[in-house]
Amino acid sequence: MIATGSTANTQAMIEAQTVRGRSLWVDARRRLFQNKAALASIVILTVIALMAIFAPALSQYPFDAIDYSVVSCAPNWWPDPDVLCHAGGTHWFGTDPVGRDLFVRTLYGARVSLAVGLVATFVSLVIGVIYGATAGFIGGTTDNLMMRVVDVLYSLPFIFFVIILMVIFNRNFILLFVAIGAVEWLTMARIVRGQTLSIKQKEFIEAAHAAGVSRFGIITRHIIPNVIGPVIIYVTLTIPSVILAESFLSFLGLGIREPLTSWGVLISEGANQMVTAPWMLIFPALFMAVTLFCFNFIGDGLRDALDPKDR
Amino acid sequence: MLSYAIKRVLGAIPTIFIIITLAFFMMRLAPGGPFDSQRALPPEIEHNIEKAYNLDKPLYVQYGLYLERLAHFDLGPSFKNRDFTVNELLAEGVPVSAKLGLSAMVLAIFFGVLLGVLAALYQNRAADYGVMTIAMIGITIPTFVTAPILTMIFGVYGLNLFGYDVTLPVAGWNNGAFQNMILPVFVLALPQIAIVARLVRGNMVEVLHSNYVRTARAKGLPGHMVVIRHALRAGLLPLVSYLGPAIAALLTGSLIVETIFGLPGIGRYFVNGALNRDYTLVLGVVIVYAVLIVVLNLIADLLYAVLDPRVRYD
Repeated sequence: MIATGSTANTQAMIEAQTVRGRSLWVDARRRLFQNKAALASIVILTVIALMAIFAPALSQYPFDAIDYSVVSCAPNWWPDPDVLCHAGGTHWFGTDPVGRDLFVRTLYGARVSLAVGLVATFVSLVIGVIYGATAGFIGGTTDNLMMRVVDVLYSLPFIFFVIILMVIFNRNFILLFVAIGAVEWLTMARIVRGQTLSIKQKEFIEAAHAAGVSRFGIITRHIIPNVIGPVIIYVTLTIPSVILAESFLSFLGLGIREPLTSWGVLISEGANQMVTAPWMLIFPALFMAVTLFCFNFIGDGLRDALDPKDR
Repeated sequence: MLSYAIKRVLGAIPTIFIIITLAFFMMRLAPGGPFDSQRALPPEIEHNIEKAYNLDKPLYVQYGLYLERLAHFDLGPSFKNRDFTVNELLAEGVPVSAKLGLSAMVLAIFFGVLLGVLAALYQNRAADYGVMTIAMIGITIPTFVTAPILTMIFGVYGLNLFGYDVTLPVAGWNNGAFQNMILPVFVLALPQIAIVARLVRGNMVEVLHSNYVRTARAKGLPGHMVVIRHALRAGLLPLVSYLGPAIAALLTGSLIVETIFGLPGIGRYFVNGALNRDYTLVLGVVIVYAVLIVVLNLIADLLYAVLDPRVRYD
């Protein structure tokens, strides 16, 4: 009886050894995919991103082709040779006052908006992580000084400085990325710095030191994986705020220049034409709102999935 | 407390100074002067104009002159609106923007608190989910999308409520008439209502589960009294520290709202000034905005320190 019991125990122990423990990331992914809002958001965002990437292939119209025979056409889905607007083919989202197809323009707007979102977020990520990690790692007076600088910059009304920059450099496209990215890195730096500071003092780091793990090993094996969670969450929340900032500038006429377009430009044009051509406002606004929603849901989902306290 | 206050006030001064300096030198980095776009002038006239605006002096001298003027609260002449000084333009615009911003703030706090408390009291029930969905929409969808869409619904198509035509004016200030204020103020307040509602809900849920609220209930105080007398005080306190960021958000939002609705506030001056390269005007508005944000943040922080007995900064 006792013998069989211990065999079962041994069996269980062997099984426990062969079943690999789930890593943090597998666990987090499982929880993220169980979150229906986040999962749906990932799917929708992927579709929008793919549509943006393959925009030229999805439409028969070039994004900047002016055609005065189809001025301000309402959205139409089925060809009808008797109607002037349909003569050259259907315009799914309608056309603008110079006859450009709004469907392809909305997708090109998505290209610019998403590109600005990703690039500017990357800029903020690089600056923020390096700055924050340096401050957190060195600590002491250097840390104090570096964080004082962040505090001062925090209290500046940055969007106004971005506007001034755009005015001075005549709406330079690349500068737009850099300017917005340079605005958004402050919070990232704070998050990374706080995280590095708190992890540096944890017992498992000390244990790793005692066990003779190299400095490099501690950084790559222990510090980075623990910092990366909050950083990923914040990145998903930075992208929509960058898209917003770009659209804000473009809406005011200070961002992207014609014939290139972004959602902000399209919404601004749509707002001017909303009495005669409401579709010019509705479609870009819808795309932008859905995208912003998706990023926010994914951010929330990631936070729930990666927060160890929630387990 | 006093030493904390002095420390904060002293901390705000360099911030304002940095803002002024940054803004001034950024404006001067711009290629081309403010008079470039006009027809070519004879060199001697151009020189005289530059002299009149001190543009012929070295940059650091100009900076010194600007600071000297600023110390007398003089923001200089506008480069593009020839007959006006920046002070005159701001004096026209500030009351409009202030009325707009204050109304939006009041609206945001009133509805935000109301919705947040409701959601907390009915936590995880239909009312809660409803409020939080609205809040999510309010936070995600930007002002420049809500403004045209609401204008389209209420202004262009108009609404017929119970036989009354409630079509609202879509643009213009009309000396701050009530019906002209409704749309801009609501659009401006919407994101803030959403943020305040979220914030209040979070705090209230926590407070409603705390021991002293349970004690108040246990001693037989009626439900509404528990909420009003005990829970609200602690639940609304964190709102004070949100006032600073809220002001900044309202100022940024007012750029959009004033542009869309054609309101003669300083936000529109700023946008037009930026588009026309009216350097002194842009600089003036940035300085006004920056000082407002820094000072109001300071007040919010000090207020918080006074109101919350747990916070002691000495």
